[in-house]
Amino acid sequence: MTQVVENKETAAQDLITCTIDDIEIQVPKDTLIIRAAEKLGTYIPRFCDHPALAPVAACRMCLVEIEGMPKPQPSCAVTLSEGMKVRTQLTSEIAKGAQEGVMEFLLINHPLDCPVCDKGGECPLQNQAMSDGRPDSRFEIEKRTFDKPVELSTEILLDRERCVECARCTRFSEEIAGDKFIEFLERGTKQQIGIAEDEPFNSYFSGNTVQICPVGALTSSAYRFRSRPFDLVSAQTTCEHCAAGCNLRTDYRRETVMRRLAWEDKNVNEDWNCDKGRFAFAYLKDKRVTRARVMGQAALLPDAVEYAAQELTKHKGKVGVLTGGRLTLEDAWSYSKFTRVALKTNNVDFRNRPHSQEEAEFLAHSVAGGIITATYKEIESAPSVLLVNFEPEEESPIVFLRLRKAVANKKTKVFAITHLETKGLTKLGSKNILVRPGDETKLVRDALAQWSNNTNNLIEKLHSQISKPGSIIFVGERAAVIPGLLSALVELSTATGAKLSWIPRRAGERGAVEVGLLPNLLPGGRVTTDEESVAEIAAIWGVDVKDLPHTRGLCAEEIIDAAISGEIKALVLAGLEIKDYPQPAKLLAALEKVEFILSLSINESDLTQKADVVLPVAAVTEKAGTFVNWEGRPRPFGKAMTQNKSLSDSRIISMLADAMGHDFGPLTTSDIRQDLSALGVTARNQGKAPKYQAGLIPSLGDNQMLLSTFNQLIDDGALQAGEPHLAGTRRETVAKINAAAAEKLQIKNGETLTVTTSTGSITLPVEICQVADSVIWLPTNSAPSSVRQILNAHDGSVVMVSKGLNA
Amino acid sequence: MALTPILTANWDKPKSWTFDTYTATGGYQGLKKALKMAPDEVINIVKDSGLRGRGGAGFPTGLKWSFVPQNDGKPHYLVVNADESEPGACKDIPLMLANPHALVEGVIIASYAIRAKEAFIYIRGEVPHVIRRVSDAVEQAKANGLIGKNILGTDFSINIVVHAGAGAYICGEETALLDSLEGRRGQPRLKPPFPAVAGLYASPTVINNAETIAAVPVIVLNGADWHKSMGTEKSPGFKLFALSGHVERPGIYEAALGTPFSELLEYAGGVRKGHKLKFWIPGGSSVPMLTPEHVDIPMTYEDLQAAGTMLGTGTPMIFDETVSVVRAVSRWIEFYKHESCGKCTPCREGTGWMVGLLEKFEHGEGKHADLDLLHDISAQIAGRSFCALGDAAATPFPAAMKYFKDEFEQAETIAPHTVFPFEKSHKFETASVS
Repeated sequence: MTQVVENKETAAQDLITCTIDDIEIQVPKDTLIIRAAEKLGTYIPRFCDHPALAPVAACRMCLVEIEGMPKPQPSCAVTLSEGMKVRTQLTSEIAKGAQEGVMEFLLINHPLDCPVCDKGGECPLQNQAMSDGRPDSRFEIEKRTFDKPVELSTEILLDRERCVECARCTRFSEEIAGDKFIEFLERGTKQQIGIAEDEPFNSYFSGNTVQICPVGALTSSAYRFRSRPFDLVSAQTTCEHCAAGCNLRTDYRRETVMRRLAWEDKNVNEDWNCDKGRFAFAYLKDKRVTRARVMGQAALLPDAVEYAAQELTKHKGKVGVLTGGRLTLEDAWSYSKFTRVALKTNNVDFRNRPHSQEEAEFLAHSVAGGIITATYKEIESAPSVLLVNFEPEEESPIVFLRLRKAVANKKTKVFAITHLETKGLTKLGSKNILVRPGDETKLVRDALAQWSNNTNNLIEKLHSQISKPGSIIFVGERAAVIPGLLSALVELSTATGAKLSWIPRRAGERGAVEVGLLPNLLPGGRVTTDEESVAEIAAIWGVDVKDLPHTRGLCAEEIIDAAISGEIKALVLAGLEIKDYPQPAKLLAALEKVEFILSLSINESDLTQKADVVLPVAAVTEKAGTFVNWEGRPRPFGKAMTQNKSLSDSRIISMLADAMGHDFGPLTTSDIRQDLSALGVTARNQGKAPKYQAGLIPSLGDNQMLLSTFNQLIDDGALQAGEPHLAGTRRETVAKINAAAAEKLQIKNGETLTVTTSTGSITLPVEICQVADSVIWLPTNSAPSSVRQILNAHDGSVVMVSKGLNA
Repeated sequence: MALTPILTANWDKPKSWTFDTYTATGGYQGLKKALKMAPDEVINIVKDSGLRGRGGAGFPTGLKWSFVPQNDGKPHYLVVNADESEPGACKDIPLMLANPHALVEGVIIASYAIRAKEAFIYIRGEVPHVIRRVSDAVEQAKANGLIGKNILGTDFSINIVVHAGAGAYICGEETALLDSLEGRRGQPRLKPPFPAVAGLYASPTVINNAETIAAVPVIVLNGADWHKSMGTEKSPGFKLFALSGHVERPGIYEAALGTPFSELLEYAGGVRKGHKLKFWIPGGSSVPMLTPEHVDIPMTYEDLQAAGTMLGTGTPMIFDETVSVVRAVSRWIEFYKHESCGKCTPCREGTGWMVGLLEKFEHGEGKHADLDLLHDISAQIAGRSFCALGDAAATPFPAAMKYFKDEFEQAETIAPHTVFPFEKSHKFETASVS
């Protein structure tokens, strides 16, 4: 795998010379005193200061003495200048006295309930009260009291008595997330954080405020009163929820994860993560597959493996492998090897979502082989970013935060080719080109063909922007179902020089592409039909090249079709959900038809119930692994819960292979990583650019509309199960149409409408907003809007829309 | 010295606030003169006149105007701070009631000088009658072609917005005022950037007190030297002195800066009959108190500073021997507690604590150690709070202790209201007000 090489900040900055506590230092000009002191190893106490937020100098805890200034100055807000002489609490009685005074003030009305406070033990207020406070209190009058806790959302609780009013939470929400749900109310001693009536703090990033709160004022419903920091064991992990690759701190106690925090990584998630990554981990404990099962009966693992091996051997060459998008790179590697070597087939596909042959070719050409097009940091310096069928806040929230930072710095302009305007796009100030699903290809091609004489001003503007060096095109998973779109984007990228980056939704998708969990791809971007490539892989796997399949295999949809028609006799399934599939009914039919189903799964599901053999596997916290994020950046992590005895998918596959007569070795993480490093990049970019034409949009009859749909960040996803507090912050489940469509349907905002296809119907309240003409948007997986299960539909499907309940 | 009725010259005329009354006595002549000059010339006149800010800090007005960067391509704004809320201060409100056109004319001239096309008059929300009167004056000026596009045949255009505050003392702090004007929560901003560079809507902005701006037209009309012929070298010109409290004729007396306090006291008929002066405050509760020994002090920025206090708003409050210092200080601190915006720790927490302690003294239950504590709290607020509100809140107690420590010590055992019954402080006989 290629490492991302960051651009070193080489800009020659003017250095200035000044002193802090008589120590002479040289710092770039405009350096804040508090930051410079940190570099010297001097910690100036602080509450409101946060390196990622603009200074407010509100708490006054960091006051220092500056020679020539009559009053002590807040070191978090004053920048150093040439010759400045600063004295901190270490050498100045004035600074020390000022800090002690502020600390005394902060504590007089504080409840001092550290023994029962979530923050106790890791609390800046507690720590600094010890280092800078008085040993006893001079405050003998009544403390200020408030009712508590106040529910800012189902997830975030506020204790106003503990609050030191540093405004970190309000500043985070406004500056970073762009969700101004919380604000100070009242004034003076009554000043407090609050929300507007009926507008809870339903930000996708609200959990960050709990983490940066320097006291125990903001706590999460899920963690409140559950544990003390000193009882927790912390491990560095990578988030498994999306392709962002967030660095996390996982805190567990007695083999149970208690909470997860964002762990700083300047190259990726900076100081933040999203609420899904922070709060959705109940699945690690709930409804686990705890024992191996054969035909519904509990079995010993070796027996179950032996039985599965026999069945798979029986059907060798007629097995389909569906792996889903959540595997680690190492486990994906094992499936890839197992499929090719043991099952002798290329019938493998990680895409448990609407997909296409065009997408597979695109992935082979533009993604596989460790290709790094754009990085988080490059977003910040991009003159423009074009989002194509990709809603960053819903589909990759950390990309959204970086885009927002870039936009806030006034350096980056965002354009979107989209079916509708969304909250996220609005917060990015995005210039939106609304299109119907299916029209995107034509739009991109037309735009390419006639930039100069295009009558659409926005497209003109997009052209002049996107051609500037450093511009980026982001395309999401939904582009797969729009014929010709990925082909057209490759052309656009080539013509303008803009980088084209594919941002999948799931954590394991990029890794799956890299190790060839696709019918047309082998590991390292090698195509299945290239003799030389197959030989290279055979060498790494230690098998004879003749023993490997040399043809393109079947994609997921084809595997399912072949299972129904009887050509595929057995299926190997890795932690999937039936409802993720483009046509769940067909998958169900396939499951009924095949002779053998092997399911390797963390949790029980409707799918494990149908499997002949179920084998329990380790969840992310129970094994070491790597997620490759959308950038192509490997995000390795160790085994968080070291006492856990669960076996990874790889270890199980090693046993299966062994039982089938193939010695893969133990397939430990380190073994696999060695093999992966042997892959090299020699064969990268072997695929040919996809050349597909736009499809035809069917003409719509009365009451017919085109469906647009994507997953909302917080929805009915399997990994979010068992977390009601998080679920309470999800966005409203509504159908979205534009005003013209509403008029045609004679429907008003908030009234219900029904969307129907041949397989079922969904009834939802309607929100009238900016949507492309004759397009209706539904959330993909937010009950009652389970689009794939009920409607059997995806982007561009024709649906019937009627007012009210009647279908 | 003598009274110098300039801004107050018309106040006893019938309907002094009308456009006609104002123009009949030379109103809007300053504007006509100013528009014939280059904007920088106007700035220079104000600079040369030595006019200093009347809101309390006394910053040279012309200098402030000259800080505005020119030809920067950004809009410029003039904002008039008429959020007069300081305890004891009552000069801008009467001025705007009786002579609103002086302010309006001043706004137009100042806007011309700093190249602003948009000006805002921010008036405290509790005085709707004043807001109405200033709004009417703006409308009258507009109707007479003095506000709008290309006024008086020049290429200068000006629009004036009268804005009502919502009842927060903090919005008299200039940056909090700007936030409030922008529709945000009124809390002071971090400086730098200073308003002259990035003020209202992040554009160069001049913020002046209402009295300051109202003085501009006559200064432009009569010249810098005329202005400097009054007052002292460092405090030139005239000033509205508003005397309140235990004097026979409380009210506004317009006199040259440098007029001794004792002379102002005489204009007001002296301390009420049968009583004697106990203490007085030169300009609002935010400046330290003085005693009878200071009555001959000239009312200038520099003399009062030398005496350990400030001219402030120039609105002396006079207290006779019936008033408990403990009670007066307690009321003031209570005001600051109530008005503290809450942004910074020392002001938010310190004022609340002081009020709690002073309450005990008001009940004759103070602890001697609490006097030291009150000193410490004042010291922990002063110079460490975000804005001047905290500094103001830290002022009254140490000043009172300097002269009346014994009264606080007495309040450790005897409730002040038993020694200083409230009814004795009443300005009028109880019967006459009931």
